[in-house]
Amino acid sequence: MSKQTAVRHREIGLSDEQVLDMYRTMILARALDERMWLLNRAGKLPFVVSCKGQEGAQVGLAFALDPTRDYVAPYYRDLGVVLRFGQTARDVMLSGFAKREDPNSGGRQMPGHFGSRKNRILTGSSPVSTQIPHAVGMALAARMRNERLVTYTSFGEGSSNQGDFHEACNFAGVQKLPVIFFCENNLYAISVPLARQVGCERIAQRAEGYGFPGVTIDGNDVLAVYEAARTAVNRALDGLGPTLIEVLTYRINPHSSDDDDRVYRSREEVDEAKQRDAIVTFGAYLRSTGVLTADKEQALLRDVEQVVDEATAYAEQAPYAEPQEALGHVYAQ
Amino acid sequence: MAQMTMIQAITNALDGELGRDEKVLLFGEDVGQSGGVFRATDGLQKKYGEHRVFDTPLAESGIGGLATGLAIQGFRPVMEIQFFGFVFETFDEIAGQAARMRFRSGGRYTAPITYRAPFGGGVKTPEMHADSLEGLLLQTPGLKVVIPSNPYDAKGLLISAIRDDDPVFFLEHMKLYRSLRQEVPEDAYTIPLGQANIVRPGKDVTVVAYGAMVHTAVKAADEWSKTRGIEAEVIDLRTISPLDMETIVQSVKKTHRAVVLQEAQKSSGAAAEIVAQITENAIYHLEGPVLRITAPDTVYPFGMIEDEWLPTPDRVLRGLEKVMSL
Repeated sequence: MSKQTAVRHREIGLSDEQVLDMYRTMILARALDERMWLLNRAGKLPFVVSCKGQEGAQVGLAFALDPTRDYVAPYYRDLGVVLRFGQTARDVMLSGFAKREDPNSGGRQMPGHFGSRKNRILTGSSPVSTQIPHAVGMALAARMRNERLVTYTSFGEGSSNQGDFHEACNFAGVQKLPVIFFCENNLYAISVPLARQVGCERIAQRAEGYGFPGVTIDGNDVLAVYEAARTAVNRALDGLGPTLIEVLTYRINPHSSDDDDRVYRSREEVDEAKQRDAIVTFGAYLRSTGVLTADKEQALLRDVEQVVDEATAYAEQAPYAEPQEALGHVYAQ
Repeated sequence: MAQMTMIQAITNALDGELGRDEKVLLFGEDVGQSGGVFRATDGLQKKYGEHRVFDTPLAESGIGGLATGLAIQGFRPVMEIQFFGFVFETFDEIAGQAARMRFRSGGRYTAPITYRAPFGGGVKTPEMHADSLEGLLLQTPGLKVVIPSNPYDAKGLLISAIRDDDPVFFLEHMKLYRSLRQEVPEDAYTIPLGQANIVRPGKDVTVVAYGAMVHTAVKAADEWSKTRGIEAEVIDLRTISPLDMETIVQSVKKTHRAVVLQEAQKSSGAAAEIVAQITENAIYHLEGPVLRITAPDTVYPFGMIEDEWLPTPDRVLRGLEKVMSL
């Protein structure tokens, strides 16, 4: 790392504590993800989806948002975002084990279907892209109440083909609503590669059709994502309307614990992506700046391991919902 | 008290609710400046402003998603689907999203949306405009389905729907919009969702109907009373979800015979459900099988033959004849 890049985060207004906090959030997301895969392979969790490889982009974006002011309508890989918005390791594990105390849904939904009113996280669902018009509706609600805030919604590049994406972008563009559309382009919609999903070169180009800016950012460059997000947040808060941010990222794991990615991509490709993983590159950056000392790193890793262990133990012994609870919450009582 | 058509009663209900509660919003395609293709929202944008009564882009799924986002944030959206047949475009946002929001979040999020849509046959509109698709909505837990048969009920039920804490689908039969007038109070009143109405008492046979079929049923019953001296009891369901089975079963226990009318195709819809529940709850009181008088299981036809395709008064009479002879 050159001297010039060594102080990059300070130049864009991030303190040493903030970048360490970002790094810790990435590490925690990764550690939770890896633990859940382990528990799945051990037969303890029925199903897992993965954030692995996308944490840097998620955290870079989420740190430009204000968890006490903004709303997020995330998609199922956004573990980094929901941790920033106050979900805890314990919450994540309770959801993984589908326990009664799961704050997302009380064990009703699949893991990764985040949702928590207290954490300003909108509940999502399995058909992709449905959360995008919801985020637009939430932004309109804020506008009607003269609340100065941003709503964030995320999705993969495959989801940007859905009608809901286009209909939502169009409405947000017409009304100049304070929305950040965040496309985590990990190159695969389960097994179908980007070139078979879209005819355009960049997902960000789609914004032009709706009358607002679209930018493409290297998703492994945490600070670049943060900067782009901050620009989008300011634009939204100033009443100038939405922004589409596309990050180029990579899904290191298969789509889910039930997917075998060996049938649609080479090991060489995956290994090469691992070298560019933001956890590796951002860690190296922080070490090169002296922000992340060996002592701090060890303490951080130890702490994260302990948090994940505690969360796993807690969630594993927590009670399941009673069968009759599955019959409730259909209509207002 | 004013005489109103059903469309006037609907506008009146919307007007009152917009005035009462600032959380109530009205939107959809052409509902703002133009006042809706049937004039249901006529004058409301002018009265309440563009921020509360507004035109959306032409994109049904997006409109449905918008409604959910607004509802989650505490608003009471009243969203118009220009014709019920267009519901397929936004079905996921209704059945997959809004109706499940409460369940999915363990009660932390709710989506109290009112979906309004014109529908129904007999006005020479083709397929996708006239279709009776309410059966699709019935197997959607979390959703309520209202189908008024007259101006008075339309107002009281619509106000209940808007004030209800769950998503409600409110279906407006096009043939009823302007074909009858009734005394409708200017002030707000509610009719509880899930309460049927016995519109014509009788002792010999129970006729269950909703929407425009209520009028077909009453007409047939009156004729039969005159020509045969047989008294049919006509029940107007008003809501098909929740279903007021108590009223139906009470009636069947008295008359021992029943027919169910619907404009929709025969199989697997509201009528099939009602027949099933009658047999579950009152089979030992029945003198014979419960019949359905419905449209055939084919796609809604072109306007020139729709009167033959829909249950006609003649077919209703034949059905009654049959059920009495069994």
